[in-house]
Amino acid sequence: MSEHEITLTVNGEKHELRVEARTLLVEALREELGYTGANVGCETGRCGACTVRVDGDALKSCTRFAVQADGAEIETVEGLSEEGELSGLQASFKRNHGLQCGFCTPGMLLTAGTFLEDAEDPSRAEIREAIEGNLCRCTGYHNIVDAVEQVATDGGGESL
Amino acid sequence: MHADGFEYHRAGTVEEAVDLLGSIPDAEPLAGAHGLLPRMKTDEESPPALVDISRIERLSGIERDGGSLTVGALATHADIAESTAVREHAPALAEAAGAVGDLQVRAGGTIGGNLAHGDPRVDPAAAVLALKAKTTLRGPDGERTLAASELFEGEFETAVGADEIVTALEVPTDGAGTSAYHKRRNPLSGYAAVGVAGYLRCDEGAIEEARVGVTAVGPHPIRLRGVEAELEGASAEAATAAAAADRVGESLPASGVRSDPYASAEFRSHLLSVDTEDLLGGLLGDA
Ligand SMILES: Cc1cc2nc3c(=O)[nH]c(=O)nc-3n(C[C@H](O)[C@@H](O)[C@H](O)COP(=O)(O)OP(=O)(O)OC[C@H]3O[C@@H](n4cnc5c(N)ncnc54)[C@H](O)[C@@H]3O)c2cc1C
Ligand code: FES
Ligand code: FES
Repeated sequence: MSEHEITLTVNGEKHELRVEARTLLVEALREELGYTGANVGCETGRCGACTVRVDGDALKSCTRFAVQADGAEIETVEGLSEEGELSGLQASFKRNHGLQCGFCTPGMLLTAGTFLEDAEDPSRAEIREAIEGNLCRCTGYHNIVDAVEQVATDGGGESL
Repeated sequence: MHADGFEYHRAGTVEEAVDLLGSIPDAEPLAGAHGLLPRMKTDEESPPALVDISRIERLSGIERDGGSLTVGALATHADIAESTAVREHAPALAEAAGAVGDLQVRAGGTIGGNLAHGDPRVDPAAAVLALKAKTTLRGPDGERTLAASELFEGEFETAVGADEIVTALEVPTDGAGTSAYHKRRNPLSGYAAVGVAGYLRCDEGAIEEARVGVTAVGPHPIRLRGVEAELEGASAEAATAAAAADRVGESLPASGVRSDPYASAEFRSHLLSVDTEDLLGGLLGDA
């Protein structure tokens, strides 16, 4: 088995680390670098709790080897707020009670934020479809859709 | 859950990838990891070495040139679903790519990996069969092309050689045909329980050319030749869809129809006939 020196730029900060080839991106982020915002739910690519952005794309970081992300710009939930100030989408989740236990929330925020960048006036059905790869065991999704919709109608494209 | 350890190599060019695959015993290509990694975690596959081809720039774009559409092997499902050229000239492929997984999976998985892996349930395979697309392969002896109907050989078995990589998919777009894909989703896995793609070219009220590709029904994706035979030469009207769907049974794989907790083989065959009729009815309505 091989080991590799890789560089990951996470929320603008550059990190150099050494990983085994089989190390998952989510493990590198959580265990090597301490970005524990990306959660591990299913480890099979289904639940979306581990979603982060890799060079702009929302990806399930349990389904990528860390070594594949060498050189990439990664965004995690830790990078969403600025100086303690919640992003527009985060504030909307809070206002609309779009979270209960919060386990799914980092992934929801990154997926929904990615979706909102390109979506023009999305319908509720389109919002639901966008977050179909993110499971929430608590909210029943309704308030999450409200939170995303409110940002979409507020022109919150820059919320992330 | 962990994958077993493996040697990781990164190829910068197609030539380098082919060399590495040829020189490292049992090495396999790695693209988006969305087919391979879940199976490595469960020990269904444990390749000793992987050659990462995901950075080979030449393999990404989507281009339309004359009578065909060239889709690079590294085009993601999202790239394909969002491409105006694919939506316009090969709607079944755009719809199938758009039906894969979810937003994140569509950004992570590539068409080359999707077709080369041989997973019997993948959506794009049905479209590729109906559109009579060809895959372009590169190996130690140079380039060759494989028709979609020659590509799928069995469950996780394809005609792609051990030291070959798929470089592109060529989709003919010269005819004035219409195409579409219909996915009936297994609510548990999100994969197709039944997926049907159809292509029809009609002229003066008659069907001139018809192809139907099916995924998730047999050990590998297949064409429904009996249905196609019923369609070709028939009149382009709704009743034809029902007559054609009646012949679904003729093309079912001899080795048996898939069965899982969502649908028994018998129920799945029934769903296939219902979905084939719906899909063809829709295409005939548009024709
Ligand atoms: C949660 C989840 C849900 C999914 N849902 C769906 C779904 O609904 N429908 C669907 O169709 N698919 C689904 N998929 C599967 C996914 O689309 C894969 O099929 C994926 O696209 C494979 O592509 P990849 O780039 O990730 O390939 P990889 O995983 O990197 O490779 C897969 C296989 O193909 C080989 N390979 C890769 N690229 C090439 C190449 N260019 N030439 C030769 N061999 C190559 C590899 O060696 C490996 O054997 C899902 C996957 C996940 C994780
Ligand atoms: S932990 Fe990655 S999708 Fe569930
Ligand atoms: S808030 Fe608990 S899983 Fe979504």
